[in-house]
Amino acid sequence: MTREHILHRIRTALGRSAGQSAGDAPPVRLVVPEVDREARIRSFTAQLEGLGGKVQRAASAEEARALVAAAIEGKSAVASNAPFLAECGIAGLEGVESGITERRQLQERCAAVRVGITSADYALADTGSLVLLSSAHEARLISLLPREHIAVVPLERMLTGLDELFAVLPAPAERTSSMVLITGPSRTADIEQILVRGAHGPGQVLAILVG
Amino acid sequence: MSVEFDQKAHATLADANLQLAIYASTGRLKRGRVASVSIGAMPDYQELRTQANAIKRHAIDNLDYYLEEFERNVTSRGGKVVYCKDATAVADFVLGLAKERGARTIVKSKSMTTEEVDLNERLEHHGLESVETDLGEYILQLNHEKPYHIVLPALHKTRFDVAEIFTRRLNAPHETVIEKQTALACAVLRDKFLTADIGISGANFLVADSGAIVVIENEGNARLTTTAPRVHIVIAGIEKVIPRARDLATFLKLLARSATGQLLSAYTSFLSGARRPGEIDGPDEFYVVLLDNGRTRLLPDKEKRQTLYCIRCGACLNACPVYRKIGGYSFPGVYSGPIGAILTPQFMGVSHEPALPFASSLCGACAEVCPVKIDIPKVLLELRADVQKAETRDKRNRLERLAFRAFAWLMTHPRMYELAGRMAAWMAPAGEGKWISSVPPLMNLPPVRAWLSQRDLPPPPAKSFREQWRQRR
Repeated sequence: MTREHILHRIRTALGRSAGQSAGDAPPVRLVVPEVDREARIRSFTAQLEGLGGKVQRAASAEEARALVAAAIEGKSAVASNAPFLAECGIAGLEGVESGITERRQLQERCAAVRVGITSADYALADTGSLVLLSSAHEARLISLLPREHIAVVPLERMLTGLDELFAVLPAPAERTSSMVLITGPSRTADIEQILVRGAHGPGQVLAILVG
Repeated sequence: MSVEFDQKAHATLADANLQLAIYASTGRLKRGRVASVSIGAMPDYQELRTQANAIKRHAIDNLDYYLEEFERNVTSRGGKVVYCKDATAVADFVLGLAKERGARTIVKSKSMTTEEVDLNERLEHHGLESVETDLGEYILQLNHEKPYHIVLPALHKTRFDVAEIFTRRLNAPHETVIEKQTALACAVLRDKFLTADIGISGANFLVADSGAIVVIENEGNARLTTTAPRVHIVIAGIEKVIPRARDLATFLKLLARSATGQLLSAYTSFLSGARRPGEIDGPDEFYVVLLDNGRTRLLPDKEKRQTLYCIRCGACLNACPVYRKIGGYSFPGVYSGPIGAILTPQFMGVSHEPALPFASSLCGACAEVCPVKIDIPKVLLELRADVQKAETRDKRNRLERLAFRAFAWLMTHPRMYELAGRMAAWMAPAGEGKWISSVPPLMNLPPVRAWLSQRDLPPPPAKSFREQWRQRR
């Protein structure tokens, strides 16, 4: 059997025997800095804007809803089933489809509309990233198929960066089949290294930070 | 030096446009990297390299352990791990599964490993449509070419080349605006994503404690490949395994910075199997193909083993003065540049392209930029030794050994050395301080001939160093 053969070759080459433990791995290196809230927001904003994304702040759920309403005016949109979007009343905005739970339908709608609206499980200040865990609340395609992505994120989910993400979520696989870190709009530079925003994914990303 | 390697290198050197394209592209990536890892931008860069090296060393030294842990965790969530020894085995597995599922169309995201096993051609040979979805790879697939650079596969193509390829292969109107070319390709590929039966991706990392794979990209094509089709097949080399999800904090910080100077690529996907109950989208089936294809050959040697630490960032290509002149296609196999010069001979055996380990000035730029600290020059030297050993039965080699023995004798006999130096100066064509471009037939030995075929020799000095030294004392 190929499996046994390959594992046997590996063990022979390394001088190991079947079932032998690995010994101690180097200690995990996670360094979580102390960064105050405003500094985190400043960093997140600077990073995401530097990549061609946009960041807006909302003091309240109502304000967040108004910002989303303004951003999608005249456009079609699908919103995820994230409880926070419902709390903000975004799922009920005019022109917004929500509550989709069937895959076929989700794919078909996401391919048709202009804007995908999601929340995010975390945001990373030092890279301007949005972290989305796939679930019944967040489908993967909403932040992927439409040409514009709007993420509405409560400020308490703003982490300092990758180290803090893996400190608070050391085992993402226990929560979801898919965790994606979205850092700016989809992009390509494959022809003559000229940057084009919006390849297969959304060319526009708007993060609305709430709180 | 093999004729093919030599010819391709010369052709690249003679192509002024290509020279400019290589130099400009690698230069831009180089500057991006330097800016993002400079001490001001990333004070702990060197510590992270040391950590990344330690983790990779530990993972490779205990490879069987982590592969089994990875496999257990994938399996416990309903995924399947398949070990494949070579390209044929990979193709057989994919073809078998495609047949069982009645699949016709496959979408693929960029993967050097699938390039290595020539997957597209093998699948298409059996009547499947296998479509590359990364823009650069798609352009190359349309034109039946292999990637020129690990990170920038279509580095050698201009917008005009692309316009011509799209017109010829897609019957598209002639279009030279890059934004519109991108939109055109994405529109064609969007349909493929939404109708494909199987998605095939590579993996930047296999995470043992999670049974997860990590895919890093900028366009969104890998996300679509791993989300839209019902079946997701991952094809990855066995060396990609790392122990813990938390180790990604180290590797993710290094990879994009080293590759392009980005802090993170646009999309980093951490995928641990098919969609779970309740999840709305994602594949229903999840397979991970673990590929050997020569990798286990690298394990016995403790020094050369480090070749397997590579995370395919391409930084060594951009830093390499040789790659930046002779380009990607001079290298045999799909891996080019310094990492290709140590990977390919070990995957295929040194005799496959014995010139490869010698196509380096050993300047060390590659080792300096490597985010996982692979000592590429050291491995090159080991491989050179292997080539010599493999050629000991060769007559030419016996002559060479004789020459080196004579040289060693000369170097350990100062008086003879000095005499030889004087003789050489005396025999060299008198040019009064002019550079020497030819020598008398008696002196035209192979090494001298090789030197003079590319360069001139400096004029011999009036007095040797030894003479000057004696006078000054």
